[in-house]
Parts: sequence; C-alpha cells; structure tokens
Amino acid sequence: MRRTSKDSADSARRITRRGMILGGVQLGFATVLAMRMRYMQVDQGEEFRLLAEENRVNLRLIPPARGQIFDRNGVVIAANEPAYRITVVREDAGDLESTIARLATLVELDPSEIERAIAEMQRSAPFLPVTVADRVSWDSVSRVAANAPALPGVNPEVGLSRHYPHGEIYAHVVGYVQPVSERDLARYEDPDPVLRIPRFQFGKIGVETKYEDMLRGRAGSKRVEVNAAGRVMRELDRREGEAGADLQLTVDTRLQDYIHARLGDESASVVVMDLEHGDLLAIASAPGFDPNKFVRGISYDDYGALQGDERAPLVSKTVQGFYPPGSTFKMVTALAALEAGITGPGNTVWCPGHLKVGSRRFHCWKRAGHGHMNLENALMQSCDVYFYEMALRVGIDKIAEMGRKLGLGAIHDVPMSAVGEGIMPDKAWKRERWNQEWRIGDTVNCSIGQGDVLTSPLQLAVMTARLATGRSISPRLVRSIDGVEEPSRGGEPIGLNENHLRWIRAAMYDVSNNRRGTAYRSRIIAEEMRMAGKTGTSQVRNITAAERARGVTRNEDLPWNRRDHGLFVNYAPYDNPRIAVATIVEHGGGGSSAAAPIARDVTLQALYEGDPPVEAYPTADRDRIQELQENLRQRRQMAPDERTSRA
Amino acid sequence: MSYLEYTVKTVPGGWRKALFLNWPLIVLLAAVACVGFLMLYSVAGGQIGTWAEPQMKRFLLGLALMFVVAMVPIWFWRNMSVLAYLISVGLLVMVEFFGSVGMGAQRWIDLGFMRLQPSELMKIALVMVLAAYYDWLPLKKTSRPLWVIVPVILILIPTGLVLTQPDLGTAILLLAGGGLMMFLAGVHWAYFGAVIAAGVGFVSTVFKSRGTDWQLLKDYQFRRIDTFLDPSTDPLGAGYHITQAKIAMGSGGWTGRGFMQGTQSRLNFLPEKHTDFIFNTLAEEFGFVGGVSLLVLYVLILVFCIISALQNRDRFSSLLTLGIGLTFFLYFAVNMSMVMGLAPVVGVPLPLVSYGGSAMLVLMIAFGLVQSAHVHRPR
Repeated sequence: MRRTSKDSADSARRITRRGMILGGVQLGFATVLAMRMRYMQVDQGEEFRLLAEENRVNLRLIPPARGQIFDRNGVVIAANEPAYRITVVREDAGDLESTIARLATLVELDPSEIERAIAEMQRSAPFLPVTVADRVSWDSVSRVAANAPALPGVNPEVGLSRHYPHGEIYAHVVGYVQPVSERDLARYEDPDPVLRIPRFQFGKIGVETKYEDMLRGRAGSKRVEVNAAGRVMRELDRREGEAGADLQLTVDTRLQDYIHARLGDESASVVVMDLEHGDLLAIASAPGFDPNKFVRGISYDDYGALQGDERAPLVSKTVQGFYPPGSTFKMVTALAALEAGITGPGNTVWCPGHLKVGSRRFHCWKRAGHGHMNLENALMQSCDVYFYEMALRVGIDKIAEMGRKLGLGAIHDVPMSAVGEGIMPDKAWKRERWNQEWRIGDTVNCSIGQGDVLTSPLQLAVMTARLATGRSISPRLVRSIDGVEEPSRGGEPIGLNENHLRWIRAAMYDVSNNRRGTAYRSRIIAEEMRMAGKTGTSQVRNITAAERARGVTRNEDLPWNRRDHGLFVNYAPYDNPRIAVATIVEHGGGGSSAAAPIARDVTLQALYEGDPPVEAYPTADRDRIQELQENLRQRRQMAPDERTSRA
Repeated sequence: MSYLEYTVKTVPGGWRKALFLNWPLIVLLAAVACVGFLMLYSVAGGQIGTWAEPQMKRFLLGLALMFVVAMVPIWFWRNMSVLAYLISVGLLVMVEFFGSVGMGAQRWIDLGFMRLQPSELMKIALVMVLAAYYDWLPLKKTSRPLWVIVPVILILIPTGLVLTQPDLGTAILLLAGGGLMMFLAGVHWAYFGAVIAAGVGFVSTVFKSRGTDWQLLKDYQFRRIDTFLDPSTDPLGAGYHITQAKIAMGSGGWTGRGFMQGTQSRLNFLPEKHTDFIFNTLAEEFGFVGGVSLLVLYVLILVFCIISALQNRDRFSSLLTLGIGLTFFLYFAVNMSMVMGLAPVVGVPLPLVSYGGSAMLVLMIAFGLVQSAHVHRPR
C-alpha cells in the first residue's frame, strides 16, 4: 500500500475536521443529557419524590374492637374474645407437605381445609401467610408454639371474634355477626374501608345489624414500607383505631334466662315490659338457636335442621310472629264501647250461647251460654256474645281506632330484625286489601280478636302496658349507648277516661283473682304482687258446623300443629303496676291452661329480686315451682358456655 | 511524564512501552469501573458477592487484556482486522443456530468459563474492518459509489444478523457506529443526505398511510410501534418499567437519597437494576451531582480518545481511535437517553458500569487497541 504524502496530509485534515465536528456533536449531546437530568431531578424532583413515596408506603388497616353489648345489669351479652388461627408462610415452610403433616399431629386439621390452603398458597405470593386452621383452641396454639422449631413458617396469630356467652336466649334480640358480604357492602354508598378487610365481622340480624355503624368503631391504620412485590419490609408508624360504642340493653339476663328455662320445649314467646320507661325487661322467643354457630359458619346440616324444625327456631316470634289475639282483644272492644258512651258497667247483655246476626249464628265458647252479663263478668268469664253485641253497636272503625291507640297494627321502634306491623282491620283496610265491602260478620269476628286481626306479642305487651298506665308508653330496647342514656319512652297520657280504664282493670283483676275468672288457677297469692290479666285462645282451624254438632274435639286429641294458640296478657302489681307481660304459647291449647301459668311465673320472677318465695304461688303449684327453682339454680351455676354447647 | 514526551521520535521497545501508555485514560476507565462496583454493591443490598465481585474480577481481566493488546504493535492489529471481522460474523451465524436463549433472544455462546456475546465482539470488529478498509482505500476513491457499497455491505451483514436475534439495541449501535465511521473517513456529504432523506421519507410515508385505505402496516403493528415509542400508553405493561425508572431518577433530587438509601431500587420497583437501569440507581442515590459526575467521566474518556486520534498521523490508528470513542459514546448516550425516558427502551448497557462480562471485556480490548495506536503512533 503506497501513499503519497499529499494524500496522507489531505486525509489527516479531513479526519481532523470531521472528527472535530463529531466530537462537538457528542459533547453537545452530553450537555443535552445533563440538562435532561437537571430537569428531572431538580425541577421535577419533588413530584418524583412523592411518587416514590406512594410506591413505597402502603396503608394497612387495623380492625377496631367491636363495641360490646351488655344487659341492664352490666352482664355481657355480646363479647369479643381472642380467636386464634394458625397460618403458614410458604417460603419459610421448607417442605410444605411434611410441615403440614407435622402440624396435623398437633392440631386437628380439616383435610378439605388443608387442600384449600395449599391451593391458596400456590396461588399467592410465597411470603403471604395463609390460614390453615381458624378458631383453634388455646391448647392447640400453645402446642404449636412449643414445637415452633419443628414447624418452620407456621405461626399462631390472634384476632378478635364475636362471642355470645348466653347462647340461644338472645339469638333473636341481639342477632349475630358474620363475615361481611358483597350484599352488606351494597348497603353503603361509600363503604368504610375497614369493611374491605377479608372476613371482617358484620352484624347480620338483630341489634348487631341495627347498630352496626355504632358498634363497628373506627379503623386504625399503620403505614408500612412494601417492595415492588408487595412484601412488607418494615412498619413506619401506626395510628390506633377507635373501638365501637358499647350498648346497654334494657333486658335482664336473669329474667330472659328464666323464661327460656320455663318455656322448655314449647314454641312460645314472652315479652316483659317495664311500665316506667317502656324498657323491655325480657323479649324471649323459644326455641332459640346458638348464634355462635352462625359466627363460626354454620354447617349445612345444622342450618337445615333449624329451618326444618316445625317450632321455627329461626323466627323471632316476639316481633315477627303474628297471631289472632283472641279474647285478649276484648279490652279493646270494651274500651271502644265505653269511650263511645254506648255501655257502662251496669249495662247487661243476655248470652244464650250464641248470637244470630242476619242468617248466621255466632257462637259463644260456652255453648250453654252465660246468661246476663255486665262488663266485669263478660271480661272475667270471657263471654263472646257480650262483645259481639258491643261491636255491633260501636262499629269496627271505632274499635280499630282504639286498637291503634293501644299500639296494635303499628310497627314499634325496636332495633330487632323483621319487626312487623300486623293487621288492625277496618273498612278502609278491607277495601284496599281485598277490594271488598266490610260485612257485619267481620265486625263480629274482630270483636273477639279473630277474623283478620293479627298481633305480635310485642304489640300485645304494649297494649297491656297502655291499659295499665293510661299513657302511650312505647317499648325501649337500648338503655344507653356508650354510657349516654337513651330518652325514656314512658309516654304521655292517651286521653282515655280514667273511669273507663279503671273498670277494665278491675275486670282484668277478676280474671285471675275471682274464683270464676278464667285464670284463677294461675293467680298470685302474695297480696302486694297480685296481677290483672286476660286469657285468650286463638283458633288455628275453622270449626265447621258439622264438627260443632259432633262436639268440638278436645285440643289434647289434635295433632300439635292444629291445636289452638294459648295467649295471656297481664300487668302487675295491680295496685302499683310495674310490669306488663304478653305470653303466647303456639298450639298450647287454651290461654288459661297453657299461657297463664307461664305468664304468672314470669311475672313473679320479674317482680322479685332473686327467686320469689313459694308462698307467692297457689298451693297446688308450689312443688313444681320448687323443683323448677332448684333446676334453675343448677343451670346458673354452670358456666354459660357449657350451656351453650349443650343447646 | 512519557505521555507528554512528544519529542521521542522512535517507537519505544520492550517493557519501556508501558511508560508511553495513555495513563490518564486508564485512570478514567478505572474510575468509571469503580463507580460501577459501588452501584452493583448498592443494588445488591450491600452484598459484595452478588454482582460487584464478579464484575471486579472481569475488570481486572479486562485490564490485563488491555495491556496485552496495547503492547502489540498497531499494524499487527490492522492486519488482523479482516480476520476479526470474519470470525465475528462466523460467531454471529453460530449463535443463530447454537446460541442460548436469554431474555427472549439468542445472544450468547456458552464457552464454559464465560458466556460470549458475539454481538459485543462485532462492535469492535466492525470498527476495525472499516478503519482498515479506509486505510487501504486510496482517498480519491472514498466517495465513489462502488467503493461506498463495500462498507455498506460490511455494516449491513452483522446488523441484519444481530437484528434477527433479536437485539434491536446492538443493531442500532452497529448501524450508527458504522455509518459514522464512513462519515469520519470522508465519504461525501451527499450520501448521508440522501440516506437520511430517504429514511425520513419512508417513515413519514408509513405513518401517513395510517388510517387510509393504502395503509402499509397492520393496525396492531402500528399499536406496537406506538407503545415502543411512548410506553406511557401502556402503563401496566411496557410503561410500568420506564415509569418506575423515571421515578427513581427524579426522586434523587440535587444530591440524592444517600448511598444504599434509594427506595426505588432497594424495594425492587426499578427493573433490570443491575444492568440496563443501573444509572437510575446512581441518580437516585447520588442525585444530580452523582449523575453529572459520571457523565463528566464519560466525556473526559471521549475527549482523551479524540485528542489521541487527532494527534495520530496514521490513518488506521486515527480512524480506529475515533471509531472506538464513537462506539463508547453511542453506548452511554443511548443507555442514558433510554433510562431518562428520552428514547425507547432498546436494551443497551451502560458501558463499564452495567453488570455483564462480554461488554466489559470487549470494551477493555477496544481501549487496548486505542492504547496500542497511541503507543505505536508514528513520531
């Protein structure tokens, strides 16, 4: 390769020139890079710093402790107890299968749960803990902790879970909580972020759901540093949450417990209302169910058994159960007649055992008839014909108006689920409901609480309370929220003639204290505690004319679900009323035989501090009462949880 | 200092040659490598064994290779250029058939003790063969069409092979490096003007055809180009990484968040934090000051190469030194543009800093050539 010197010199110049140009371009570009760096890091630095923080810092919610629920004496009804669960972190567990096998020797593990847990572990990030056993006992937890070295990646964790120490007796009142569902979230326009925590407990029925927002409290939060994969690197700071508000109910656990024990296997309900503030001292529906099972997640079989039970344990009979009030309605008819000025205490009606209205015969329960009846006797002996006559004179609209004044056909503001309205029929109602004209026979039926009249035990208790006080007293279930007393619901006077009320009350006194009264056998002996009441029997079936001719079949001979409902309403003490009670025993037979004895026992239990003396009961009942009291003492000595597990 | 002894007229012999090396350049290279070790130590979370130590060993090996290459006279390397080019092309073809697949592309051959990326080797071989070609070609023929075709073919063969791997980043570096070599050699302006005009015309025609009935590409192809050019249109896919990289860089501020305190890299938000995106960790932890410092080191290396080249009266040496400086520039310029969100992400490492064996060794050999040209320059 030969080159001339000119060639070489020319080449060197050209390289020099182009080299300089290119060098200049390179330096220029380096300057551009430096300027870009300055723009990003200095001018936009703050924004990027914020974005980096947003990446790095994650807000985690700390679930708040749910507010507790107490009874009027401070006994815990709904508590939070530590719930232990065992979690496994896949990446720490080493050989997952053998670790879980070792764990299974210490803790009872459900095979299907294990399968689910392993599947979940394989789906999620290896550092995330997955629950393999929920709600394990303290013993299991301590066994796991003691064997920790042999169980890599296995951690016992503790949280809070709702527990109902009294089991079934408050199932319908307080209800229960369950993990929050999509449907619950749909209730809120902007759900509290704490509800997004998986398996967060949310009130499903009863007070738990009606006061959900107060009981829930406010979530705390902690800021944690996470990496790109979401693993928590460290905690930066935390803000503690606020526990939910504690509720104090008006119920008395001793009384509620007594009622459930007294009702035994009956399908029945009892409402006890205090006459000063309207406090519901007891509101019991039997049989109940164990709400703790629902909290844990009830098995399909258990739920099926509850649903299939003919005694309807899932139904809250006190507010949701509606029954024809039967003769307990007669006070309404009588008071309507008195207020209309149609009758007086001396006015009598002849009862031949039936009343002919048009072509139809309406029978009295006593086929032979009661003879001459005045108001007092008619209520005491529950003569039907007297009230047929009164109703025909005063008309349905006035009766219905009186019923509503006394709290029938109305939804009472009680924080329980499925509180119903019932039916207090009148002419307008029938036109609207059935598009039919009211007939005279309807009035006759309604006058003794049959026909279309439907009332709940709660409404009957309110009616009795208003008769006893003359005030528009309403039921109150929540006594205080976080120590702040709720307003009294004692009510204002209804504006009924005090004389009329006194005549009704006197007749009710006779029902259980006059030898001829329908509830005389269930009277209270103790002078200062005597009660006034009214029996009622509501037919479940229609009695046909043919059947009546044959002679009505006795209740004991009928299958259970075709027997009459027994009702009893009462208040006590007569001289100084403190409580009103409504009792309904489904298919229990008559009011005097099925409901009145229960109502009397409950009334005495409510009036005395502690167990009432046997001397307060009629001699015939004393042995039975003593036995029951003995049983109850034993029941109370058992830990509540043992009772629950048996229930 | 021997570097300043221009008066020495003869090429020194034996071990005395070592005194005539471009020592400031060596110091600069070592300084950049040290920045690399520091950052690799940091992104490994304070572990020296993960990335920093292997990188140090490679640098020492590279330094040794550089000395060996520098000791051999430059005319030997000129004579080896064509062979080096042919071997590199051969290896590229081999990688096509026997190469290991990594990151979705066939890029390396496993030699047992190291993984060789022939595409890295090709960057230097192409510079060598083009420098040798223009050294051989009489100057007046430089701009004749026939003699322009030859280097174009020399450039397009390896570019095409690398593109099929597919390794877009290296292909761009080869194409740009080769083209600029031709520019340096003195090929007439008109050729470059014509190629640029044709390229612009073609690209704009393709984009103008979009949405018309003579559309040249399918819709999904256009969408892919969109995402490539502007990753923010795909914030959860391709855009996620570049967004995180920009956050890392921007959050550094003036002086950075402190050594090993960069949350974006420490918490793994930063992708490829030890290779392509290592500059973002530097910028996050040492801020604007740290980033510009590295940039200044790079520019100084560049300046030393250019000075050395312009002082050298041997045409091959001069072209080779400028070409290697250019390749080095393209490396860091493309990488930095990419991690700052100025250019699409094409997968080009930061020279001497990113973790990676082939690139480090090949660069050190290349600077060995620069040193050889410097030592054996005609005086």
